[in-house]
Amino acid sequence: MSVLIFIDHTEGQIKKTSLEALSYGAALGKSMGVPAEGILLGTVGEDLSTLGKYGIQKIHQVSSESLNQLDSEQFIRIISTVAASSGATVIVLSHTNTGRAIAPGLSAQLKAGLVTGATSLPDLTHGFQVKKNVFSGKAFCTVAIKTPLKIISLNPNTYPVVVGEGTAEIISENIALTPSATQIKSVSMVSGEIPLTEAEIVVSGGRGMKGPENWGPLEELAKLLHAATACSRPVADAGWRPHHEHVGQTGIAIAPNLYIAIGISGAIQHLAGVNRSKVIVVINKDPEAPFFKSADYGMVGDAFEILPKLIAAVKKLKGVA
Amino acid sequence: MKILVCISKTPDTTAKIAFTDNNRKFGTEGIQWILNPYDEWYALVRAIEIKEKDPSAIIHLVTVGGADCDQVIRKALALGGEEAIRINTEPTDSFFVASQIASVAKEGNYDLIMTGKETIDFNGASVGGMLAALLGMPFVSLAAKLELEGTTATLIREIEGGEETVEVKLPLVVGCQKGMAEQRIPNMKGIMGARSKPLKVVESHPTESLTEVISFELPPAKKGVKMISSDNPEELVKLLHEEAKVI
Ligand SMILES: Cc1cc2nc3c(=O)[nH]c(=O)nc-3n(C[C@H](O)[C@H](O)[C@H](O)COP(=O)(O)OP(=O)(O)OC[C@H]3O[C@@H](n4cnc5c(N)ncnc54)[C@H](O)[C@@H]3O)c2cc1C
Repeated sequence: MSVLIFIDHTEGQIKKTSLEALSYGAALGKSMGVPAEGILLGTVGEDLSTLGKYGIQKIHQVSSESLNQLDSEQFIRIISTVAASSGATVIVLSHTNTGRAIAPGLSAQLKAGLVTGATSLPDLTHGFQVKKNVFSGKAFCTVAIKTPLKIISLNPNTYPVVVGEGTAEIISENIALTPSATQIKSVSMVSGEIPLTEAEIVVSGGRGMKGPENWGPLEELAKLLHAATACSRPVADAGWRPHHEHVGQTGIAIAPNLYIAIGISGAIQHLAGVNRSKVIVVINKDPEAPFFKSADYGMVGDAFEILPKLIAAVKKLKGVA
Repeated sequence: MKILVCISKTPDTTAKIAFTDNNRKFGTEGIQWILNPYDEWYALVRAIEIKEKDPSAIIHLVTVGGADCDQVIRKALALGGEEAIRINTEPTDSFFVASQIASVAKEGNYDLIMTGKETIDFNGASVGGMLAALLGMPFVSLAAKLELEGTTATLIREIEGGEETVEVKLPLVVGCQKGMAEQRIPNMKGIMGARSKPLKVVESHPTESLTEVISFELPPAKKGVKMISSDNPEELVKLLHEEAKVI
């Protein structure tokens, strides 16, 4: 028996979401009294044995370079095989683009109950119950997994990365690769940006920003705070900002530590995607904007006047000229 | 070309979220049901666009649920599609729904099965991937583009930190998201025509579900907003640094 945690990586680097999943899986293993093990497909730049510090004993690796790209059919096949051979009873992944591509297939193939978007550790007192987000962040649901093998995909930014000590043993798995029906033709990465779902701070702009040409100060603020940038739906629809920045009920749901909303009214569909943020700051010229009801800190005023002053204040705090 | 579009009803996005039965059930009283936006805006509209280019294509819609889905199915038919199939049973979990659809899909011999990337109520994001596994078909998740050339599909899917262009031979299951198509408003002709399109109700087949909903809860209410004068962004920065400790 063990907890098997899928370790994802892009461009040679292990994803932060995977460190969260490792910490989560290790804690789960501890409470179940079973070891936690990792599985990594492909190759990374760092020494894998150091991942032991997140509480895992072993890492199963299939070190073929062809697995450095998302090949969901192959991934499902390999994880199923390793789960069986290592005697896993729980498989943990992250609810990211990779997790979404493989967790459902794994679940159906292994007849293993799946909870996607888990927000906390399972409650083991009455069976195996996992809490997840529903209604796009407007509520939580507790779901019992009834099958012997269980799969959880953990929401990004909900479980802390816990660092201890230890080294993991690397087990090189010899699994034959068979070509997938889905052939990867090309991959294009957006480099230099902090991925929205992983960002600890998000600076977001709405229609109140008036036009794409006004995003300069917003981007400057984001850069100073090491934040990702986001926007409301009409902003993405109008092409002021790229589609992948659209947050909300029909965009991306995020849960950063800090969400700064500038010139966004706070419509219910927008709130659905962002109200799990730990701290929300709202800057809006309309004191009646609904967003203030969901905010922790608010400022009424013109964004174009406030932003330069806010940037200066952050610069002062960070000690940059 | 035979296309199956999986559709789901969801509460209207402005619906008040409340629970009944000791928080075990979603309170449906007074709820307006809509088509799940991802199913409607992206999966269905893209299927319609494919048919506009290739009029010999056939579009079927499928949903799993009770008679309360019919109004939403008619709305979908008003946009497009030749007929709809409703598998008459209450959905219990994603695996149950995928298994039900799989049995209909096997009979229909579809070349292309399209779903939305997730529903906006349960946010399972699972039916498409499970369905593909049950049918032994490839699955492309989070697809933002789909082009067909004979029996070959070229898709752009979102991956961690970027996108991947993939090529797959049909049959195929696709999870659709933004980029795939643009929302459409049904016209009068579509709405009138939808009334006479066949809506087949079929019985479900016995399947287990792998999970069970135990309870729902609402997030804790916010403590209330602290207002800071717009002349004093330094105060805001200080609070974020010292009180909230987030910067
Ligand atoms: C089915 C459905 C799904 C949807 N999904 C989403 C979703 O996923 N995400 C989403 O965001 N929306 C979504 N919407 C749209 C949503 O209802 C709102 O229309 C949208 O969020 C409004 O965007 P906004 O706040 O940028 O614009 P507006 O509502 O126009 O608000 C602009 C705000 O800027 C303020 N402002 C103007 N000028 C200034 C200034 N100089 N300084 C400071 N403040 C200023 C105004 O006071 C106002 O509050 C959805 C709608 C539907 C029907």
